[in-house]
Amino acid sequence: MQSNAALEYDYSLAKKFTFLTILFGILGMLVGTLIAAQMAFPELNYLLGEYGTFSRLRPIHTNTVVFGFTVSGVFATWFYVGQRVLKVSMAESKFLMFIGNLQFWLYFVGALLATISLFFGFSTAKEYAEYEWPFDVVVVLVWVLWGVSMMGLIGIRREKALYISVWYYLACFLGIAMLYLFNNMSIPTYFATEGLGSVWHSVSMYSGTNDALVQWWYGHNAVAFAFTVPIIAMSYYFLPKESGQAIYSYKLSLLSFWGLMFVYLWAGSHHLLWSTVPDWMQTMGSAFSIVLILPSWGSAINMLLTMKGEWNQLTDNPLIKFMVLASTFYMLSTIEGPIQAIKSVNAIAHFTDWIPGHVHDGVLGWVVFMIMAAIFHMAPRMFKRELYSKKMMEQQFWLQTTAVVLYFTSMWIAGITQGMMWRAVDEYGNLMFSFIDTVTVLHPYYTIRAVAGVLYVTGFVMFAYNIYKTMTVGKVLSQEPQFRTPMA
Amino acid sequence: MFFHWLEKNPFFFASAISIVISFAGLIEIVPNFAKAAQPLVDMKPRSVLELAGKNVYMKDNCNTCHSQMIRPFKSETDRYGDYSLSGEYAYDRPFLWGSKRTGPDLHRVGNYRTTDWHENHMLNPSEIVPGSIMPAYKHQFSNLADIETAYAEAVTVKNAFHTPYGDEFQGTRAAWEAHKPKVLADAAAIAADMKNQDVKDAVARGEVPEIVALIAYLNSLK
Repeated sequence: MQSNAALEYDYSLAKKFTFLTILFGILGMLVGTLIAAQMAFPELNYLLGEYGTFSRLRPIHTNTVVFGFTVSGVFATWFYVGQRVLKVSMAESKFLMFIGNLQFWLYFVGALLATISLFFGFSTAKEYAEYEWPFDVVVVLVWVLWGVSMMGLIGIRREKALYISVWYYLACFLGIAMLYLFNNMSIPTYFATEGLGSVWHSVSMYSGTNDALVQWWYGHNAVAFAFTVPIIAMSYYFLPKESGQAIYSYKLSLLSFWGLMFVYLWAGSHHLLWSTVPDWMQTMGSAFSIVLILPSWGSAINMLLTMKGEWNQLTDNPLIKFMVLASTFYMLSTIEGPIQAIKSVNAIAHFTDWIPGHVHDGVLGWVVFMIMAAIFHMAPRMFKRELYSKKMMEQQFWLQTTAVVLYFTSMWIAGITQGMMWRAVDEYGNLMFSFIDTVTVLHPYYTIRAVAGVLYVTGFVMFAYNIYKTMTVGKVLSQEPQFRTPMA
Repeated sequence: MFFHWLEKNPFFFASAISIVISFAGLIEIVPNFAKAAQPLVDMKPRSVLELAGKNVYMKDNCNTCHSQMIRPFKSETDRYGDYSLSGEYAYDRPFLWGSKRTGPDLHRVGNYRTTDWHENHMLNPSEIVPGSIMPAYKHQFSNLADIETAYAEAVTVKNAFHTPYGDEFQGTRAAWEAHKPKVLADAAAIAADMKNQDVKDAVARGEVPEIVALIAYLNSLK
């Protein structure tokens, strides 16, 4: 028989991954801001000799925010949400606790070493998959360990029906596993010969156009399964919890989930429009990108309508603000993406700064906001203390919102300007601008973007400070808050 | 209802996700492996020195700022040359198309830039192209390219993917020692067109600075 007493959940792993989320967040965003500044002020390339150029740092920025910050956030929230929606504590199984801790340490050490390897130039040159093969092996091990503890926890659950968030965490696990494995298939050259050359080097299993197809099937869907799927998992748990509102529609969540699963992966080839990929694949990529609006907006609308009748919470609870703004940016980003996937628009947008602009309104506005909101919600429960400062949360919110708006507006202008200048011809049909003209014209926009970066990182440091103060000096809570997070 | 049943059975739920997310890859990607992406007629794979240069290109992630994909628009063919063909990439592992043109496309840079242009440019880009925001890559003049690894790569792709390298490409140390003079001769030919004395001295000693391999690679992009 089950007792009616509330379960004591074990938050030790959620706490550890929360620390990593903050650590990798600060590192990844600092590097991002530095490389943004390098594009406006190239002298900044020489701070660290050969290790400080834009080209070495850019993969460090992307990998640290994807596999460091975001994935830590996914783990942190899983080890919090998973127990609660499955009604089972990690501490009930010594085995699962051991696997979880092993996963943490392997991940932490692996992520640090992998970052160092990028500094030294060990790179497969495939975007978001730059880690050389030894680190791919570590990533796979970490992922398998996460799978074991996830399936294990599901195996011993008390709540039989899987809550919506669990669907998305499961999909995150399965999707990344499939994509990462196939895209990183490579042969280490040292072992394929009599030990000639470097142990680190490998050669891709795919070549040319095929490699491009596999890479962007991966690249696009790494975004899906790391930057979208688990973030939706978070919003389905934390928004109803924080607001005390039930999810607006079960049917809409069903449609959005299975729709997203089916449609998302087709859209990868929109990264290869006008390339040498067969035309029908490009058209499929474009078409499915448009269809993708449905499940994306389905989730976002489900979130926003969950707040129906309770919009007053938006004014007095900064946590709700973060989550509602995140859903709104998700809508912006998922309408912008399909627009860029239209072939005629893509002809101008591709290869320009509009693309990083698009990525960042999604990531800064949606992913980071949602993860920070999740941590704000979890912290008082994990540390049994009130949030340190509501006022600081408000300031942070407006600072970072301003930063995101500056970021994407400057990059929209920069991208469209450059795309139009590349194709501009004079009255005789000759190209009007040399390439360098289309670079120097971007200086003001690159400067604005760098300023936006500084503002955003400042906001993130305020967030880190707020959590640190919550842990150390926040008012002690006698019992776990049920809905609205208490804050001073 | 089916979905309520599914949500109580994690194994079938996970299986359903796996099936649904596999469709796209199976239909969109797999067919291309059978048909397209064959090399152009009489196309030769890159020399070992050029492969070493490609690895320098990857080490410094040149592809973060430079594309190698000329799209079929007049504004692109006017600027960069003929539009790119799938077969031209058939031996490229990985593909290096890039996704951002912070700098110009390089797919046919070998047609309109020379060894000495690259030498001067890599030392100080903004002196050659005023207003350039590209950093200098001085370290490529002192770091040595890993030609042995490049050779191992050539042997690997020959054995695994039948890339047409000659019979002399074998995975033994003896075969590598026999091939090495050819690589050094290629390097000497590049260094002869350069003015940096340290680079010339290194090549004379039987070493290959990264810049020499990189220029060999860039010159091969045509």
